[in-house]
Amino acid sequence: MTVADPIETRRDLSPDRPAWLRLPRFARIPTSLALAWLIIAIAAAWSLAPDLFTAYSGTAGLALQHRLPPGGVHWLGTDELGRDVLARIIFGSVHTLSGAFVAVGVGLVAGTLLGLIAGSAGRLADDIIMRMVDVLLAVPALLLSLSIIILLGFGTINAAIAVGVSSVASFARLARSEVARVRTADYVEAAFGSGGSVLAVLWRHVLPNALTPVMALAALQFGSAILSISTLGFLGYGAQPPMPEWGLMIAEGRRYIATAWWMSIFPGVAVVIVVLATNRISLSLRGRPD
Amino acid sequence: MTRYLIERIGQAVIVLWAAFTVTFILLHVLPGDAILIKFQNPDLGLGPQQIAEIRASYGVDRPLWLQYGHAIGSFLSGDFGYSIQAGVPVSESIRANLPPTLWLTGLGSLLAAVIAMIIAFAASLSPFAWLRALVRSAPALFVSIPTFWLGIALIQIFSFRLRLLPVIGAEGWRGLILPVTTLAIPISAPLAQILVRAIDDVATRPFVAVARAKGATHAWVLWRHVFRNALPPALTVAGVLFGELLGGALITETVFGLNGIGRLTQDAVNNQDAAVLQAVAVLSAVGFVVVNLGVDLLHPLLDPRLARKERVLS
Repeated sequence: MTVADPIETRRDLSPDRPAWLRLPRFARIPTSLALAWLIIAIAAAWSLAPDLFTAYSGTAGLALQHRLPPGGVHWLGTDELGRDVLARIIFGSVHTLSGAFVAVGVGLVAGTLLGLIAGSAGRLADDIIMRMVDVLLAVPALLLSLSIIILLGFGTINAAIAVGVSSVASFARLARSEVARVRTADYVEAAFGSGGSVLAVLWRHVLPNALTPVMALAALQFGSAILSISTLGFLGYGAQPPMPEWGLMIAEGRRYIATAWWMSIFPGVAVVIVVLATNRISLSLRGRPD
Repeated sequence: MTRYLIERIGQAVIVLWAAFTVTFILLHVLPGDAILIKFQNPDLGLGPQQIAEIRASYGVDRPLWLQYGHAIGSFLSGDFGYSIQAGVPVSESIRANLPPTLWLTGLGSLLAAVIAMIIAFAASLSPFAWLRALVRSAPALFVSIPTFWLGIALIQIFSFRLRLLPVIGAEGWRGLILPVTTLAIPISAPLAQILVRAIDDVATRPFVAVARAKGATHAWVLWRHVFRNALPPALTVAGVLFGELLGGALITETVFGLNGIGRLTQDAVNNQDAAVLQAVAVLSAVGFVVVNLGVDLLHPLLDPRLARKERVLS
């Protein structure tokens, strides 16, 4: 994916190219990044208006069309109930994307808030919160999600919340270190000196300046949230049948792996492509190519 | 050094105690009830009176703080309570299920380290630019693959297409090849990324140029000088990856039908068997803390500069 980057930039910078041949500024983003945004745009369009992209239903099967291999009519084949696999992937994108949004939202809001308090409310609060974060980091994320899921019950939203809670610790850690960095800056002291209240300065100066790296982490977490949610779906703790969630589709297709490989392979390809795209975007948000 | 050690161990103990407490609270405010799940089946013919007696025999009718005190005491003496679903002591079922998981995680982390090293060396030693770029993009792909799907894809390719390995249920080392590979690939990616970045970083230092000028080959300099300097950051990541390794093992066991801790955990979640889940969570926290403590203590051995600094400070 990153193969294209250095070549692309070198071509733009080459001085012997006449001005009219040089690419306009907006066209200078790397091909891989443009591709990543395109993939996310397609996935978003799929989840907003799935009917536009497929003539088949995501949940109702067609009679006498069980486990057809990929072909001209059903591009990615059909499953054991005669449901079109491509249609199910398209209808399933909304569960995957909204789940990832909820998970990242939970982690981002709770984590940033904890980090902000830890970084600004004094030694005691800092110690207590950061020790809690250490504990959250010591329990493997999957086990933590599982504990929360048996507390909340199975389901798409509950799985998303569980994944979000298990990412709170990393957000809190990053937010705290950023707040600690920004707090000592001259402009923050100046804002205090000119009579700003603690909350106002935090809200107006510290938070916005601490947020950029946190947002890059959010983009990165979006990809891993998709992975975690599909894992929980695969284990049977997330979406329940007949919902067309990608992880659940892979679990259902697994029973037919000997005879109908397309049922489990294609939903997985969808996960890989979307996660690759979000990781590429998060890389560009971090501002330095890897 | 001794003071540092005592401080670190003290911190570790506090984290473990807190992990125990958090999981205890989390699992004991559960709306579900493992005893009801197992014994409410009408075929067993148990009345409310008998269920209450069973409840008393497991000690779950006592106030929460008494249960907590009892649980922490018995945990310290290695008694993890009774699995309500299986009807055996939790420590017994953990002991029975631990060996496959240890084999899987041990071999998995070894293979992950090997893959990461191969990627790191290929990324700077390959003769062609396009090959180096391709190798460099491999970790980005590896982290984007769901573990469970990777396992299914490998079964599809190696068992059904190429017929090289038997499907699920193979005995001995042949049965471990695919699970270990499945577990190792996603784990190797962050390690490889760190190694590649560290090698790039170290390769520009003056001592590398000096070694090259003395006539050492590129590969030798990489192995003897660059790699050694790239190791400490990789080790730090390895400690953090421990949790990923356990989670990955859980999923891999499910995909390949291995009877390990993963299977135990999944059964516990399905039956809301709090005692089992708590034991697994606390044991993995112990593993995490021990591994990271080991990593921190290894650092001065790999990097003599750190050891010297500590000696000066103390």
